This record gives sequence, structure tokens and C-alpha cells, in this order.
Amino acid sequence: MSAEISEAASAEEQKEMEDKVTSPEKAEEAKLKARYPHLGQKPGGSDFLRKRLQKGQKYFDSGDYNMAKAKMKNKQLPTAAPDKTEVTGDHIPTPQDLPQRKPSLVASKLAG
Amino acid sequence: MFLCVFFPGAGGGNDIQWCFSQVKGAVDDDVAEADIISTVEFNHSGELLATGDKGGRVVIFQQEQENKIQSHSRGEYNVYSTFQSHEPEFDYLKSLEIEEKINKIRWLPQKNAAQFLLSTNDKTIKLWKISERDKRPEGYNLKEEDGRYRDPTTVTTLRVPVFRPMDLMVEASPRRIFANAHTYHINSISINSDYETYLSADDLRINLWHLEITDRSFNIVDIKPANMEELTEVITAAEFHPNSCNTFVYSSSKGTIRLCDMRASALCDRHSKLFEEPEDPSNRSFFSEIISSISDVKFSHSGRYMMTRDYLSVKIWDLNMENRPVETYQVHEYLRSKLCSLYENDCIFDKFECCWNGSDSVVMTGSYNNFFRMFDRNTKRDITLEASRENNKPRTVLKPRKVCASGKRKKDEISVDSLDFNKKILHTAWHPKENIIAVATTNNLYIFQDKVN
Repeated sequence: MSAEISEAASAEEQKEMEDKVTSPEKAEEAKLKARYPHLGQKPGGSDFLRKRLQKGQKYFDSGDYNMAKAKMKNKQLPTAAPDKTEVTGDHIPTPQDLPQRKPSLVASKLAG
Repeated sequence: MFLCVFFPGAGGGNDIQWCFSQVKGAVDDDVAEADIISTVEFNHSGELLATGDKGGRVVIFQQEQENKIQSHSRGEYNVYSTFQSHEPEFDYLKSLEIEEKINKIRWLPQKNAAQFLLSTNDKTIKLWKISERDKRPEGYNLKEEDGRYRDPTTVTTLRVPVFRPMDLMVEASPRRIFANAHTYHINSISINSDYETYLSADDLRINLWHLEITDRSFNIVDIKPANMEELTEVITAAEFHPNSCNTFVYSSSKGTIRLCDMRASALCDRHSKLFEEPEDPSNRSFFSEIISSISDVKFSHSGRYMMTRDYLSVKIWDLNMENRPVETYQVHEYLRSKLCSLYENDCIFDKFECCWNGSDSVVMTGSYNNFFRMFDRNTKRDITLEASRENNKPRTVLKPRKVCASGKRKKDEISVDSLDFNKKILHTAWHPKENIIAVATTNNLYIFQDKVN
């Protein structure tokens, strides 16, 4: 009886080893799970897709900005640190903090 | 030994020898984001070649008339017109930045002297008219040559202006702007074979437009779930059938392709055919769905087949067979053992395009390290070539490249770990009739031709 169980266990182990050896994809998956143990179960699921659909979202609340300006009056408005790339509600963003969106005034180098 | 084939448009039978022809763009390594090429497309005759970039600009090249004396090479492509197609916008209502990047360009077939193309960014499609002006009226009765109006009391005789030749001027003007029809990001546009309508597809919806009507479009596919929590797949590409004006296909992030018939119903949410290759569930991994996402779908010129590109392969489907592709070509299978790092550096989400040659006998797609691959469907042979300025002597045959997946690297082979994953060829185009190809690296456009004589 115990011999059978140990046989079954070793057969399972062997299949696992085989999987790792024969499937490079599964080996890569194991690597990823080792690095990011909290990675979601459904990779192609809604979180990932929703992030894709939300591309381009930038947050500047003019209401926040103006209210803060009104409250503070004479005091200096706290501005974003120069290296901050994402503007969120933690500080009062100023229009200068937002990245400039200007059309290309320069001609394409392909036409050069 | 390769044999040289001279009949244009053919790719099968004997192997083609590809030669460098031209390269466009800046030489410097420091690439400005605006210069990143985002789309490449030949027009229906192949005389014009359009590119779009991340800066919203379109550059059109024109093939010069063949030089009868120098018959050893076909005409070169020179700049014909360039214009700013789209500009960056900000949707204040949704707090959404709208990129000016040109996602796709599609040419209309030529009906008169002018050329027309559709260009689109994430939200707005524009119809551009490109026309030539090679004469201008001179000798106005009431105006001076510089445009100032003459004092009417000094006009004593009647003069009728005459058209005189002038230096060729190519003008691009926006004729139609198709806006406000897409909540999500447009990934495809496709002109119908009726040449009157076209479709535009975003992540969740496909709309049908008439080229003359900008204030209205019809929604023909809507896969948005009532509850966004239930979202499991998005539309990745869509195309009209080249001959049947009622038929179109759209691909998904789950690796399926749906063929729809607009005669069946107004809203084509129910497909007529579903193309899906069964997957062995024991092979499934975290990466399976991501790498099965289809980044491009293209009908063959004949309309009998369609080609799809997923992360690692190119598949040819027979429209009459839904349960599996008829041909599968591995583009860079050696990347399967690198999926972990490709996920970490986001390369696994790169969207490669693919294209057919004029006779549907050869297909082409890009890869990393500025490599691109061609698969001959008849001979079953494939080749890897590199778009690099090192090979830029005209009429020099390109040397095939080889990637060493594992083990001992032979001389002239490149190991997988030495590949530059920042050098991606996502966009390629094949001349509709000749063996001329346009290959876009990050910011350069290469033109290759087959060896003549």
C-alpha cells in the first residue's frame, strides 16, 4: 500500500519535473510567480483590460485648484516636485505641472 | 545558390534576393518621440507610400518614373507631400489626454486626379485630399501680380487671366472629419470594397461610416458588457473583406477572429463564423492568453484567406475552415523561454503587424533587433533579414540573419540574449504589384527591392 502511494507521489513529481523541462512557457511562469507572488490569477482578466481602456487618463481638477487658491490667498501654493510625472489629488497641481501638449511644429525627419 | 526571379509580384517558386534601396529618417540614435513611425501603407497602385508618426504627421513618398536608361533598378521613392494630420487634444470632460499619434492610414482607390486617404488617431478619423497644382492663373483684371487690388478707377481695359505653368505644388487638405463616435481607442480603419463606406474599430465597438457623411455613423459591433467587471476580451483589429462588401472580420485579445455579415442584421454582435484554434489546456500558462492576443488581421488579396499575427506566430486561415488555421509560421519561437522578462519590460504587449505580397504567395512580419521575417507559402522556406544602415549600399543583396536559440552559437549567428528589444519592427508594407517592401524601424523607413537582372 505505502509502496503504491510513494510510487504515485514520485510519478507526480516526475511529471512536474517533465513539465518544467518540456515547457519553457511554464518555466517562465514559475519564474514570474517567484518574483511577483501576489500576481493575480487571471492575467488577461478585467483588471488588465480595464487599465488598457483607461490609457490617457490625466487628472487635473480645476475646482480643487481654484478652491485651494481662494483659501490660501496670500500664502504660496504648494507645487509639485519637479520630477513628479503623475499628477494626483495629493497636492494642488498647477497648470505648469501638467506636461505640455503642443502639436509638432517641426517637420518630420522622414521628409528631410 | 539562389535563383533570381524576374516576374513582378511573384514570390513563390524561386527565392527572391532582397537588396537595400533607400532609407529615410534621421541617423542619430537619440529618437524624439514624435518621430516614432506608427503606420506605413502603400496606395493601390504602389506609386505612393504613406507613413504616419507619433507626432501626428503624415509623410507621403512618390515613386519616380522609371528611368529608361538605368533599367537595373526601379524608381526611387521621394517626398511628395507632408502635413500635420492630427494634433494633441485634451478632453476636459473625461480628463483624458488624446494622443496625436496616427494609428492607421488607409488609401482610397484613385477616382480622379487627386489622391485620398483616411488617417486616424485614437478618437478622430480624417479624410485627406492630396492634389497637385502645376499651373496658376496670371493676369488678373482687378489684382496686381502680388495680390493687391488695383484701384478700379485705373482699370481701363478688360483682361482675362490665363493659366500658366508653375512649379509643382502638392497640397493636402482635410475634406472630412469623422469625430465623436468612439469612446475607446481606435485601433483599425478599413475601407469597404464599395468604396463608399468604411469601418472604424475601437476596443469595444465597431462603427460603419459613409465617406460623405460626418455627423452620423452606425454601430455594427458592440461587445461592451453591461457590467464592466465582466469584461474579458477586447477588439484588437478589424478589416472589410476585399471583395464582399457585406463581410468583415474582427480579432480579439483572446486570439479569436469573428467574421460578420452585415446582411444578417443591423447589429452584428452575433458572428457568422468564429475562427479559433483549440488550445491544449495542459499547456496553459499565465502567458497563454497574452501571447494569443491577435495584433493584426489581414485578408489575402484573393479574399479566400486571412492572416493573423499573435505575439509569436503568423497564422493563415481559410475562410471556409473555422476550427484551425491552415498554416502556422513561427516568427521568433526562441522568445518563448524569455516570456518572463518580456512581460516585465512590457515587450510582450508589442503589437506587430503583418502583410501579404501582391500574389499572396509570401507573407512578411517584423521582429526585434530590427529583424523582419518572410515566409514563402509555396516553398515553405523562410528568411530573416535586418533593416540596418550597415547594409546600405544599393543593389547589395541582404545577408540572411539567424538567431541562435540555445547551445553553441555559430559564427554570424546572434544569441537571443544579445537581441535589442528596443529595436522593434512593428510596421511593414509590401507593394501591391512589385517586390518592393517598406520596413519601418523605430524612426527610420527602409525600402528594399528584389534584385533586378
